[in-house]
Amino acid sequence: MKKWHRRARLEPKWFDEGNGKKEDMYQILSKVDYSDDVFMQVIEAPAVAAACQAGQFIILMIHEEGERIPLTIADFDREAGTITIVVQAVGTSTRHLQTLGKGDSLTSFIGPLGQPSEIEKVGTVICAAGGVGVAPIYPIARALKEAGNKVICIMAARNESLLFWEDKLREVSDELIVTTDDGSRGRKCLVTEPLKELCEAGGIDLVYAIGPGVMMKFCAKTTEAYGVKTFVSLNSIMVDGTGMCGGCRVSVGGETKFVCVDGPEFDGHQVDFDVLMSRQRQYLKQEKASLDAYLSHASGQDESATDATATDATACNRAVAASV
Amino acid sequence: MRLRRMRLRATGRWLQVSEVTQTVHGDRPARKPKAPKIPRTDMPCQPAAQRAANFEEVTLGYDSDMAMLEASRCLLCKKPKCVLGCPVGIDIPAVVRMIAAGDPAGAIAKLKETTSFPAVCGRVCPQEEQCEQLCVLGVKQEPVAIGRLERYAADWEFAHGTTGEDAATTPQIAPRKGKHVGVVGSGPAGLTCAGELAKMGYDVTLYEALHKPGGVLVYGIPEFRLPKAIVARECEYVESLGVKFKMDHVIGRTLTVDQMLADGHDAIFLANGAGLPSFMNIPGENLNGVYSANEFLTRSNLMKAYRFPEYDTPIAVGKRVAVIGGGNVAMDAARTALRLGAEVHLIYRRTLDEMPARTEEIHHAEEEGIVFDLLANPTQIIGDEDGWVKEIEVIDMELGEPDASGRRRPVPLEGSERRIPVDVVIVSVGTNANPLLTKSTSGLDLTKWGNIVADEHTLATSKERVFAGGDIVTGAATVILAMGAGKTGARSIDRYLQGEPLLTAEEEEAVKGPSHQTAVAS
Repeated sequence: MKKWHRRARLEPKWFDEGNGKKEDMYQILSKVDYSDDVFMQVIEAPAVAAACQAGQFIILMIHEEGERIPLTIADFDREAGTITIVVQAVGTSTRHLQTLGKGDSLTSFIGPLGQPSEIEKVGTVICAAGGVGVAPIYPIARALKEAGNKVICIMAARNESLLFWEDKLREVSDELIVTTDDGSRGRKCLVTEPLKELCEAGGIDLVYAIGPGVMMKFCAKTTEAYGVKTFVSLNSIMVDGTGMCGGCRVSVGGETKFVCVDGPEFDGHQVDFDVLMSRQRQYLKQEKASLDAYLSHASGQDESATDATATDATACNRAVAASV
Repeated sequence: MRLRRMRLRATGRWLQVSEVTQTVHGDRPARKPKAPKIPRTDMPCQPAAQRAANFEEVTLGYDSDMAMLEASRCLLCKKPKCVLGCPVGIDIPAVVRMIAAGDPAGAIAKLKETTSFPAVCGRVCPQEEQCEQLCVLGVKQEPVAIGRLERYAADWEFAHGTTGEDAATTPQIAPRKGKHVGVVGSGPAGLTCAGELAKMGYDVTLYEALHKPGGVLVYGIPEFRLPKAIVARECEYVESLGVKFKMDHVIGRTLTVDQMLADGHDAIFLANGAGLPSFMNIPGENLNGVYSANEFLTRSNLMKAYRFPEYDTPIAVGKRVAVIGGGNVAMDAARTALRLGAEVHLIYRRTLDEMPARTEEIHHAEEEGIVFDLLANPTQIIGDEDGWVKEIEVIDMELGEPDASGRRRPVPLEGSERRIPVDVVIVSVGTNANPLLTKSTSGLDLTKWGNIVADEHTLATSKERVFAGGDIVTGAATVILAMGAGKTGARSIDRYLQGEPLLTAEEEEAVKGPSHQTAVAS
């Protein structure tokens, strides 16, 4: 399945073959599934690979009717001109992306966006990753290691099947702690437990915590008690990723900041995680409606059956909005 | 019987033509006949009730009869004032005369000598403050509808497909000069500059951060005011001139200006636009359901969220929407929310008289049923337990003494706070300069607001080989001013790359006192 919906286009197609735009498509060079929901893709994007640094993100579009999806860069290869992303399939767009593999193309791949991590030699650094947070923390851990820091990584997941990149992370860390909620691998505990123990023992100069909002919130709370500076990487909803829409705004130290321009990394002790998490839930209803439509379509309906007219779409949009 | 009155320029003879009989009444009448008062021709519109529920274009444009009739109202002044009101100096009387004579092909050719995008300007220029404001006919009657005629000519060209090779308007492209210019931003300033430079024979690459070209014409102005098909055609026109488009390039991130200069660009024009939305800094602005107008419009226009779920990007529509602000952007956001099915309240702290939006837009918004809540200023936004907007609190204002801008300053009436139940709030109170490009560029002087400092007449910046124009220099302004800047930028870059002074001696004389230094960056 390439495109699950093809519509009559109102506009002349800008990206038509033959007008030189085709070369601007971004090819997926490889894809690996890590679990039912989590997958990795390597995408050819030389301009982004040439410029990107640890801590930055990209925005991709699968097709022209698609969303702009922000994703943190998991790895990059400047020589090969590739960017690696690790994605958890949650909604329509990420589910759709999951169906794409080697040889498929994306219409847009924009980046690098956001500020790079400030990598310095500070001493001992903990990199705590929750769930797919392992992916964005990997290039940061590697850069910290290369800068001469002692790097302790903690990777946490709900269960063993959701763990990935353990070997990769082990390569760039002096010490690696694995935790799962159910104890199926490593310690049976939450990420905050080893984090707390390490802070308690002292000698920690810096903490990076990347994962779901609630995980970062509690990591920041844990380290705050010990006064250890903690960076978190925020994943708010955004459209353009260049500062234009302001949808990604978060409250940091009482000030409104834009994740795409000022972040994505912020001082975890200053971030209002409740606002962040609340804003992340902004489109739950629409996301569900969209996913239901996508899944029912993907389960084998005739493509033409869902060819809603613009009017229908607007009506549906209204219905969704009314229920919000 | 309708009469058209035409004056033949060659002979100065007055002719009155009856449309019914097609006969000419009188040859050089003994007494100059009193000009028949043809009223300004109304442009057909979709009925308000109908258009409030769709995203199709509100105004429908003149047909050829209407255009000829309207054009025939022109007095063909010897010293046409309208031209003075046009930021790019279109030869308006010539265009109007050709339309009156039934020659839209000639008119569009004439227009395109000066403006690259008449279909856009004819729709979104504030003509009532420019050419039409100065129209002599406007003293006693209503001015000639120059904007509508411009639109007519441009639409005629599209309809008749004369953009092809055999077109009357096929632009002359000078021999290649072997120099490469980078243009940053594909909005009106960037597109114009790129097009002009390509016509002069330069190799031009146009860099755009978003996935579609057009800048504000695509993400900002809604479909019902400027159909995106028109923008796409204008972009294709620019591409047909040989301009290379590079989408998905965020200058300042993907590439820096310094890298571009080191990497084979002989000169660069920065037209990256206005940028970051401002908020009001009142409590509750981070609640769910609070949008910047930029976000609301970008979701709807660029991402086509108004066609969700056909398109994947969602938008919160709301039952009752408050739009804060009184500019064109506020009007666009309000009318978009209305079309998505909401009841819309536009909250503005002054009165209709001070409102910066175009009269036509205000008029259309009123017709469509936008509720104007004037002399009111938001003080806070109140949320429900789920973090969603529930109410907005406003305080009533009265107009006090005029401020520096000459507008009467609104003063809050103590104790007049009241709450309006709403579930979406759209903040449209202006923008700040985007720092992505400017912060990553060495040696570029900025104003204290973060806008690029560029010479008023040459658009040269403090950085060698770099010129800048449009909203990134002026702050948020109009499409036509940005196009004007694009033209000026192209002229300056051409002169710079040819080793000529940026201003000719005459221009220098005209625009500057003797003490003024040339603005050639050094």
